[in-house]
Amino acid sequence: MAHTTATTPGRSEWDGGVSPMGVSYGKLMMWFFLLSDAFTFSALLVTYGMVRSSHQAYTGAVDAFTFSQAYWPIPEKVYEAIPFFHGVEMPLVFVGIMTFILIMSSVTMVLAVEAGHRMDRKAVEKWMLWTILGGIAFLSCQAWEWTHFIVGSGGPNGGANLAHNEYGPPDFAAFFFFITGFHGFHVFSGVCLNFLIYYNTVMGTYDRRGHYEMVEKVGLYWHFVDLVWVFVFTFFYLV
Amino acid sequence: MAHGEEHAQVTVIPPNKEKIKKLWTVAGILGFVTAVEFLIAFTMHHGPLKTSIFIGLTIVKAAYIVGEFMHLRYEVKVLFWSILIPMIFVVWMLVAFVYEGIAISDVR
Repeated sequence: MAHTTATTPGRSEWDGGVSPMGVSYGKLMMWFFLLSDAFTFSALLVTYGMVRSSHQAYTGAVDAFTFSQAYWPIPEKVYEAIPFFHGVEMPLVFVGIMTFILIMSSVTMVLAVEAGHRMDRKAVEKWMLWTILGGIAFLSCQAWEWTHFIVGSGGPNGGANLAHNEYGPPDFAAFFFFITGFHGFHVFSGVCLNFLIYYNTVMGTYDRRGHYEMVEKVGLYWHFVDLVWVFVFTFFYLV
Repeated sequence: MAHGEEHAQVTVIPPNKEKIKKLWTVAGILGFVTAVEFLIAFTMHHGPLKTSIFIGLTIVKAAYIVGEFMHLRYEVKVLFWSILIPMIFVVWMLVAFVYEGIAISDVR
């Protein structure tokens, strides 16, 4: 690899003049920012794990499940609706669609990065547009998911907010809002950054600069958002 | 236009078919693992085994995203370990706090 420069005896590659980590400053800082962001998300998810394990788990049959404050709800009974099929129970299908959307937009992002390596402006534009579209689709799905969660079965005691929750212990809804909200905000910032990259690509900024490294850096962020969703998906919807 | 000429100087390298195919393969694996997770979600009873399988599959997916999509697998070893080693603290935090949570539920 490029970093294996011959070092003179008594001088290590950490003494300056070369990049020991083989990446540019910006990319390295993006990695360490993402590491710190991973700590933030981990703190939220670990707190969720602790509070959840301190509550009683539901042990009865899945079919006999009813919402109660006495135990933590099981996910397939909370998230079972999808748009346009009112009253039809399709557990976890909608969140499966959301997962699929996010994985696909991760693929289009990595294809944009690949096109950037080849200085192919047209291809970068195309794949960035698909990525932005995926991000917006995900956010729209989340808006619907939240609305459904907040409204619930309707009436004064239906649905959930920060004070009251029809699905189970109040902490359940609080964590749902906080963690999926924090992730959704990351997706939103990601869409904004992706749009900025798309705009700069169209304006020829990266052609003039001679490289498309910005696509790579924002790509790292976008993949991280996908990565976090993988964990949110497991701990909120599957376990 | 002034920058129109500069566009002309950019040489576009043709796409690397093999590399693109590999990216789609990774996407296929991610989709497949998610499908398996769905299958397990509806066919297995809730319990520690189910939870462990889900966490295992999640780590598989995370490894593909970080390793292939984020390219970390191909980076210099120093960078690779600088990112991975701090995650040990997270794993410890998870174990410690869930253990604490179970202890709280026993007391209640």
